Amino acid sequence: MAINWFKYSSPASFYSLAGKMVPIFFIAAIIFLVAGLYIGFFVAPTDFQQGEAYRIIFIHVPAAWMSMFLYLVMAFWAGIGLAFNTRLSSMVATAIAPTGAMFTFLALWTGSLWGKPMWGTWWVWDARLTSELILLFLYIGFMSLQAAIDDPRRADKAGAILALVGVINIPIIYFSVQWWNTLHQGASVSLTQSPTMATTMLMGMLIMALASWMYSIAMTLMRTRVIILERESHTAWVSELYQKEATR
Amino acid sequence: MNWESWSDFFSMGGYGVYVWGSYFMTVVCIAGEIILILKRRRTLHKHLGLIHESTEKEITNETTS
Repeated sequence: MAINWFKYSSPASFYSLAGKMVPIFFIAAIIFLVAGLYIGFFVAPTDFQQGEAYRIIFIHVPAAWMSMFLYLVMAFWAGIGLAFNTRLSSMVATAIAPTGAMFTFLALWTGSLWGKPMWGTWWVWDARLTSELILLFLYIGFMSLQAAIDDPRRADKAGAILALVGVINIPIIYFSVQWWNTLHQGASVSLTQSPTMATTMLMGMLIMALASWMYSIAMTLMRTRVIILERESHTAWVSELYQKEATR
Repeated sequence: MNWESWSDFFSMGGYGVYVWGSYFMTVVCIAGEIILILKRRRTLHKHLGLIHESTEKEITNETTS
């Protein structure tokens, strides 16, 4: 049997599918969160160098990863929307931006609270921190630009160009600790080297990363559904949806 | 077990302010994001409900009259 892959690229069918998926991802996020926090606070040992302060890592690293990863996903869907003129992809990109901005803010906030006791300063203008701050401005710029343009399809296109140009910042953030002399430590987890931290610490961090992943998917789907309804409010299927709800 | 008592847990070896400040802000952001989406959806549902209710009435009015 041939699967109709394009079925869910229509906003109407995506709307109902996403509605079923939101609770699944939300529950998965809660399960991973509880497991990750338990490992992070009760299983992972005290760090011999940083004492208990290192426990910020269980938020900081997942938040920083998500901030970069969500930007790439956002730029990808925005680009697809721009290239193929698919409405839904652009809506997904728009839906990702606030969650990405939130994780970027959290990466900066937790980094600052971690930097104070360890480096003796809340903030330094070094490559890693500055490029992450630029990432926050890119997210904010993307959202403001789209909010400033009345026609949604034109807003999608303008946002997509901004998002795609901003992708250059992602490798800069990622490699900043290698390219420049920086206060920030190197990558915590690398594909080529064995991790330098205790297994339980690493496990806690990875599970928290999974939790933020599930959370991001749930939030993106929820927001996409709202955006779909906002933009398709004049269509027959939305009207049908309301009549169904009214008779229920 | 890492902690001998609750106060030991909350003090985080003297780094309590930094550790809990991080976790607290995360909770605030997550709660804020969820509330904002739900609010946006509620407003929209109210708005759309009104629109579609009124069109429905218009249709029934037209057919009855």
